[in-house]
Amino acid sequence: MGNAAIAMGALHAGVNLVAGYPGTPSTEILETVSKCNDGSVYVEWSVNEKAALEVAAGASYAGARTLVTMKQVGLNVASDPLMSLAYVGVKGGMVIVSADDPGPISSQTEQDTRHFAQFAKLPVFDPSTPEEAYEMIQDAFAYSEKYGTPVLFRPTTRVCHSCADIQLHETPTVHKPEGFVKDTMRWVIFPRTSYLNHIKLEERTPVLSKDFSAYRFNKLTGSGRLGIITSGISYTYLQEALEDYSGEVKVLKIATANPFPEELALEFLEGLEQVLAIEELDPVLERELTYLCGKHHLNVQIHGKLDGTVQPAGENSVESVHRVLEGYLGLAPVEAPTLPEPPELPVRPPVLCAGCPHRASFYAVKQAMKGRKAVFSGDIGCYTLGNAMPLDMVDTCLCMGADITMAQGLHRVEPDTVNFSFIGDSTFFASGMTGIVNAVYNQTDIILMVLDNSTTAMTGHQPHPGTGVTMMHEISPKVSIEAILRAVGLTSVETVDPLNLEQTIQAVRAAADKPGVKAIICKSPCIAVSKPAKRLSVDESRCVGCKQCVRELGCPAISLKGQKAYIEPDLCFGCTICAQVCKPGAIREEDAQ
Amino acid sequence: MTSTSCLLCGVGGQGTVLASKLLAYAYMKQGKSVRTAETIGMAQRGGCVVSHVRAGREIHSPLIPKGRADVMIAFEPAEAVRCLPFLKQGGTVVVNRKAVKPVTASLSGLAYTGEEMLEYLEAAGIHTVVIDGDAVCAACHSPKVLNIALLAAAAGTGALGMDVAELRDAVQQLVPEKFHALNLSAIDYVCSR
Repeated sequence: MGNAAIAMGALHAGVNLVAGYPGTPSTEILETVSKCNDGSVYVEWSVNEKAALEVAAGASYAGARTLVTMKQVGLNVASDPLMSLAYVGVKGGMVIVSADDPGPISSQTEQDTRHFAQFAKLPVFDPSTPEEAYEMIQDAFAYSEKYGTPVLFRPTTRVCHSCADIQLHETPTVHKPEGFVKDTMRWVIFPRTSYLNHIKLEERTPVLSKDFSAYRFNKLTGSGRLGIITSGISYTYLQEALEDYSGEVKVLKIATANPFPEELALEFLEGLEQVLAIEELDPVLERELTYLCGKHHLNVQIHGKLDGTVQPAGENSVESVHRVLEGYLGLAPVEAPTLPEPPELPVRPPVLCAGCPHRASFYAVKQAMKGRKAVFSGDIGCYTLGNAMPLDMVDTCLCMGADITMAQGLHRVEPDTVNFSFIGDSTFFASGMTGIVNAVYNQTDIILMVLDNSTTAMTGHQPHPGTGVTMMHEISPKVSIEAILRAVGLTSVETVDPLNLEQTIQAVRAAADKPGVKAIICKSPCIAVSKPAKRLSVDESRCVGCKQCVRELGCPAISLKGQKAYIEPDLCFGCTICAQVCKPGAIREEDAQ
Repeated sequence: MTSTSCLLCGVGGQGTVLASKLLAYAYMKQGKSVRTAETIGMAQRGGCVVSHVRAGREIHSPLIPKGRADVMIAFEPAEAVRCLPFLKQGGTVVVNRKAVKPVTASLSGLAYTGEEMLEYLEAAGIHTVVIDGDAVCAACHSPKVLNIALLAAAAGTGALGMDVAELRDAVQQLVPEKFHALNLSAIDYVCSR
C-alpha cells in the first residue's frame, strides 16, 4: 500500500520519531511504522495534529529525523506551528505528510496542500505511485536537511490506498541525533529574527526552484506544439489515456509544485502553442504556468480548470482524462458497452453498524427531547452518520470540536432551545477540551453528550489518551473524560450505558431541566473492538408488523420479510435496543426463546 | 493477454479488501506487476465499496477504466449491476446471490430482493456465475468465507488467469493460520460444485 511505502521509505531514511493524528487517507503510514518498528523509532498518536507537529519540531531541533502524518484538514489544525516553523527551520530532517483527498472520498473539504506549501513557502513533494512515494520520501528527508527546513509531502487517496509491488532497499540509513544545542537566535522566534528569516526564505525559493528543475521525479518527455502538464496520480491516468494516441505531445510531470521548477517549465514551454493542465483539486500548476507565461511574455494558450476545459472539482480518472484529450488531441472516444436500463438500484449510503452504541445514544436523546425545541450539533467521526434517516440527529457538523462551541453560539441566539453537542472520545481529546472550558467560563447552557466507544473508530480503531495503550505498545494511565469535565467546573456529569435506553432517556431529561453546562458520557465499546453479546431474533407470532423497529432505529440488521420484521443473524450484535423499543415484545434473545 | 483487471464490489464489511489482497499476492507470485486500489474510510460502514486489482506487465493507473474489467466479483447483486459499466464486452461476472438490503430500502419500501438484479444480468447477456453465498457459509459454519468462496468461483472460470491452487497458496500465506482450514474448506466446497 502507498501508505506502507511511505512508512518504509521513512524508516529507510533513518527516521527517529514519528507523530501524527489518524485521518483518512493518511492513517496507515504511522500504523506501518509502529508495526515494523524494532523499538528504535519513537512512534506516537498525538492528541491532535498541532501537538504532533510540535512534538516532532522539538525532536528535529535536537537533530532527530522526524515524520509527521495527518490528513489535509489536519494541516489546518497544525497550521499555527507550521507557519512559524517555516521561519525557524529544523536541524534534523522533518517531513510533514498531509494526505489530500480528491473526491472528496472521506473528508470535509477538497483543499489542496500544495497551497499550504506556497503559503508557508515550503517545498512540497507530490508522488504519483506507491513506488515513487517510497523513493520520494527519502529524497524529502535529504532536501529537508540540505535546506534546514520542514518539507511537506502530499500524497492523495489513490496513492495512499493503492498497492503496488515495490523493491525495497537492502540497507536502511541509521541516523543518530546530535542533541539540542542552545541558540536563542535560532530557536526562539522573535519579530527581529523573523524579519531576517523572511528574507532568507524569499532568497531560498529561487535556489530551490533551480534545484528542483533537475529533480529526478520532475520529468519532461515528448515533443511537438501541444503540451500537457500534470502531477500525482493524474500522471498515471494520462499515461494510460495516451496509450490510444500516436501523435506528438510534450508532457511535463511535476513532483514539486512548490517551489515551482521554472527552468524546467520554460524548457517545456519552448515551442508550445497550447498547454493542457491535468491536476486534481486546485489549478496550482495551471496558475504557475500562467504566471510564467506572463513573466516571460510567452504566447501560449493554457487550458485547464480555469477556462473550464477540465472539471473544477472531484477526482480525475482515466476516463475523465481521456474525455479531455478527445477535445485537445483529437483522440477517438472510447465506445462504452451499451447496457439495457437497469432496475432501480437501492441507495446505499454509509450507516452506523448494527449494534453501534451511537445509535442508542442518538435514539435516547431523540426520545427524551420529543416535543421540545432542541438543536443537535454533531462532530467528525462515525457518529456523523447519526445524520442519516431515520435517526436524523445531526443538525450541524463543521470540523473537529466545533459541536461544543457551535452549540454555544446557537444557544446565544435562541436561549429557549435545548442545545446538544455530540462528540466522540478521541475527538474530545483532540479538540473538545478548550470548547468546554469556553462554555464553563462564559456560563452558557448546553448539554454535552460524549459518545465514548473507547476507540478512534472511523479511521480504523486507533488508541487515544482514554484507552491507556500507546503506539510503543506500552500501557499508560487512562485519561478520564469524566475527571476532566469535573476539573474544569462541571457539576452535572453523569456516565450512562446508552444500551440501557430508559436510563439514558431519564438522564437526558434531567439534564435538560437544569441550567448551565451539563455532560452525559455515553460509555459503551465500539462493536469492532468487542465481541457480540448475544443474538436477537423476531418471534413472528408476536410481531404485529408495526415496523417501529425499522422506522425508528435504522439498524442495518433489521429489514422486513413480508409484513414482519426480520433480524439478519450474521449482522446482529445483541445491543438489544430493538427489543427495548418493540412494544409487543416480539424481539428476544435467541437463547431465551 | 497483456494484463488482467478484476473489479471487486460489495457492501462495506463484506471482506472485499482481504479478497483483493489475496488476488494481488497470487498475481505477484506469478511474477506480474500488480496495482490495486481500495475503498477505505467512511464507505466501509455499510456503503458501496469497490476494489480494483490489475496485474500484468506495465499498468499505470490503479483504477480500472470503465469497460475494461475482465472479471467482476460482486459480493452483492445490486452492486454487480451498479458496477456493470466497468465490465468489458464479453467479461465475466461472479456474483453472490444474497442481497444486502440497505436501511434506505426498508424505509422507502423499495421491494428489493436481489433476484431482479440477477435476472437483469441474464437478460443483458452477461456471462454470469451465481454463487449461493449463504449455502457456502452454512456449509462451512462461518459467515466469513464469502470472500474466499467468490474468489474460488472466479478462479474456476479461468477468467482471472490464475488457478485454484494459486489461490490456496495465497490463503496460506496471507490469512492467519487458525483460519486456514476454514478458508480452504470454502474453496473445496465451491470447487466440488
